[in-house]
Amino acid sequence: MTLLTEAGMREKVRSYIAANLVVYDEEVVFSDEDNIFALGFVNSLFAMQLLTFVEQEFDIVVDNDDMEIINFSSVSNIVNLVQKKKAGA
Amino acid sequence: MSNLPNPIVQEARLFAERELRPRATEIDRKEELPRDIIVQMAKRGYLSATFPEEYGGLELDPVSYGFFTEEIGKACCNTRALITVQTSLIGGSLLRWGTKEQKEKWLPAIASAEKLGAFALTEPLVGSNAKAVQLSYRKSGAKYILNGRKKWISFSGIADFFIVIASCEGSVSAFLVDRESEGITVSPMSGLLANRASHIAEIQFDQVEIPCENLLGIEGGGFTYVVTTALDHGRYSIAWAGIGIAAEALEAMVHYSRNRTQFDKKICEHQLIQAMIADAVTELHAARALAVRAGELRGAKSADALMETTIAKYFASKVAMKVATDAVQTHGGNGCYNEYPVERLFREAKVLEIIEGTSQLQQEMIAGYGLRKYYLPKR
Repeated sequence: MTLLTEAGMREKVRSYIAANLVVYDEEVVFSDEDNIFALGFVNSLFAMQLLTFVEQEFDIVVDNDDMEIINFSSVSNIVNLVQKKKAGA
Repeated sequence: MSNLPNPIVQEARLFAERELRPRATEIDRKEELPRDIIVQMAKRGYLSATFPEEYGGLELDPVSYGFFTEEIGKACCNTRALITVQTSLIGGSLLRWGTKEQKEKWLPAIASAEKLGAFALTEPLVGSNAKAVQLSYRKSGAKYILNGRKKWISFSGIADFFIVIASCEGSVSAFLVDRESEGITVSPMSGLLANRASHIAEIQFDQVEIPCENLLGIEGGGFTYVVTTALDHGRYSIAWAGIGIAAEALEAMVHYSRNRTQFDKKICEHQLIQAMIADAVTELHAARALAVRAGELRGAKSADALMETTIAKYFASKVAMKVATDAVQTHGGNGCYNEYPVERLFREAKVLEIIEGTSQLQQEMIAGYGLRKYYLPKR
């Protein structure tokens, strides 16, 4: 498996989120720090899809201890979680 | 089915033919799933078909599990419903979100039928808007206390434990609750259109105390994770349930039309009957193809699996209703008589368009997906 840089991780996560937005305005933009759930860009069902994507794409297992929705609420938080799990935490 | 490579699925077909189909009508009329059938299912591993072997399971892959569900569902919808609840809803939730201790306590017990579970989500005032559950919980020391009511809970009439979805100030959590806990009252429901032998009941919770270790998943993750997981597994099961009903109805339609004579010829020789049969064959094959595709994606743990499962459930439940309706039509007056199984299949098919998320909810999700996937900004 090719080692991903942080920038590469951010791009993959951002792309996946962008492909699953529930808003159809072409002008929608979101930063890596934006809370995509609070802004209404994705619905609550997406959390489970996001979890599956993160586990499969980055080959990690997300424990119950990491399941807080805040860990999945922004691109940065997701990448931070992935890096933490990759580091064996 | 002409190609059943999995020996477990082939054995299930024989079991269904011998043990379930001859009793399906009686089971429906008496509104009871006999204990001996539950025990026979457990002995064969059928209540834990997808569980890992360490928990007494058969480790069936998703596609094989689908065909297995079809074979059971063709013969008896109520027995199939038992599998949906034990294996998909309860088993799926525990395997994904249970602690090691919770899995070890409940999964082998389900596998052996020593204990049966029920998934308590729906309430008198909460159906499609599942996130708005009103049954409440509060933490008190080392316990949680539950208050409220659930309704339409399949197999709760005979279940030994429940997965209960409750809320506390807007935060939704899931709990494992022993039926023998003080304060629980179960009231069986009758007069139902379908699933009459699925022991559907209301459950009242009055100051029910449960230990903190009975929390399933994380506090606040009840809807986002546990319910979503359960419904995803449930929808996959219902997709194959629809295929089972459609297949059984088609076989009934073919058999009847090849034996019934009107206007001096077999009714299968009348073109408008042939039209219904042609549509039934086409729709059944299409539904099965969608469900197989969903199963393959589930096996590959693809991120696309959830949406393809939604599509399969939506389509297969519609097909079940359509084919069952045409099967009744083909049978004429006999189709409206409970001596002919198509009467039961027609009732059972309708429910599939409602449970595990109504067809309208599925349409909303599929439309949202389509509006993203098939959008080309520039043409």
